[in-house]
Amino acid sequence: MSHKTYEESKKAVVKGLFLLGFVTLIEVFISLFGKGHIIPGINDITWLAYPVGLIIAILSIYKAYFIIYEFMHMAYEVKGLALTVLLPTSLLIWALIAFFQEGTAWKARREFVKEKNAKTIEPSKGNQGYLDDNSLFRL
Amino acid sequence: METTENALHQHSENHGGSWEGATSPFNVSYGKLMMWYFLLSDAFTFAGFLIAYGALRFSSPSWPVPDFVFSTAPFGIHDAPLIFVTIMSFLLIISSVTMVRAVQEGHRENKKGVVFWMLLTIIGGAGFLGCQAWEWTNLIGKEHMSVTTNPFGSHVNSGVYLDEKGNPSSETFKAGASYLMHKSEEGGHDGDHSEGHHALAKGDHPNAFVDDAGFIHRKFKVTSGPNTGAVEIEEFGPKAFGALFFFITGFHGFHVLSGVAFLLIIMINVASGVYAARKNGYEMVEKIGLYWHFVDLVWVFVFLVFYLF
Repeated sequence: MSHKTYEESKKAVVKGLFLLGFVTLIEVFISLFGKGHIIPGINDITWLAYPVGLIIAILSIYKAYFIIYEFMHMAYEVKGLALTVLLPTSLLIWALIAFFQEGTAWKARREFVKEKNAKTIEPSKGNQGYLDDNSLFRL
Repeated sequence: METTENALHQHSENHGGSWEGATSPFNVSYGKLMMWYFLLSDAFTFAGFLIAYGALRFSSPSWPVPDFVFSTAPFGIHDAPLIFVTIMSFLLIISSVTMVRAVQEGHRENKKGVVFWMLLTIIGGAGFLGCQAWEWTNLIGKEHMSVTTNPFGSHVNSGVYLDEKGNPSSETFKAGASYLMHKSEEGGHDGDHSEGHHALAKGDHPNAFVDDAGFIHRKFKVTSGPNTGAVEIEEFGPKAFGALFFFITGFHGFHVLSGVAFLLIIMINVASGVYAARKNGYEMVEKIGLYWHFVDLVWVFVFLVFYLF
């Protein structure tokens, strides 16, 4: 429960509304900027997608923090309660890293298979499936 | 009686200063604590879905660009990227704020105030569902996206579209550009992205190929990459996109729907005086408030992953 007076908490709510609305508008603006809708052609710069993605991700996490700590009153709960909710959530950081890495690996694998499938194999002229003594590996 | 107290006393001595069963260590009621843990498990479900979206997107050589896919709005507005979903986000933010007000009025034991702010919250949630219904109707009915078909594709190479005679036209595109494949039996609707190329018979044409389902695969000449000079047709976009979109936004929409249902039930109970009699500062309103804020919280990430990235 908040330790503010009624009038103070009413003001805090209005503040929260403007804060979340403002951050959302900024996010949409930055996203459209990164896609070249604000300045046409800027989306041709390939590295631009990384800072743009990072900024909107951070802003979204800030919104999440604000909703949990102010609207859901986590800031006014006992520390132990907050930790039982937040610590398990932090496991997702590894899930993000691992599965995105996995996705990238699938892509590489598919391209590899496609490349191999496109290759034509010359049939060999000699005996097939037969190895002469000289080419046998001796262990 | 005395022996029980002795036993309890000994028990606590054995465990140093551990909990003696008198006060809650988290200083919170059972119901609220369990709501937090339910939300924690729900967060993992949503995270699983969204991470799956990320992994599949990373694994795909091309992916539909959200500001192209989500660029229509009601009243015939199109080419307005992300505007409609921004309005949807604002509806959820506003209904979250009205929910905070309802909880505050609950702490003051102000029945009328709680009912008023909860009613506004319900209207906000219902408005969001209405917007989502429109979005889905447009995607399914007009743009023909489904769980298994994704007509939103993107070009891997630069190229130039062919005209009716099979010669290169003046319509060029760059690698990475998005397209929406139309169905042949219809003309330009409100929800469509581009004009023309309708009413073509099934089969091969100089400028397009119409498949059995009626989708028009436009033909183009590649002008970059290893296949330069080849004539190719537009292919469907990654299939997973439609499935992920409908499952994830549908799962979130179902949370909103059940949230609206529970808000309605609890609002009626508030109005009938059930919670006033409990004299616990309308704790039930607080619990449904936690759930409602969580729905808004999830939307922050659905919005980020599906629309902003």
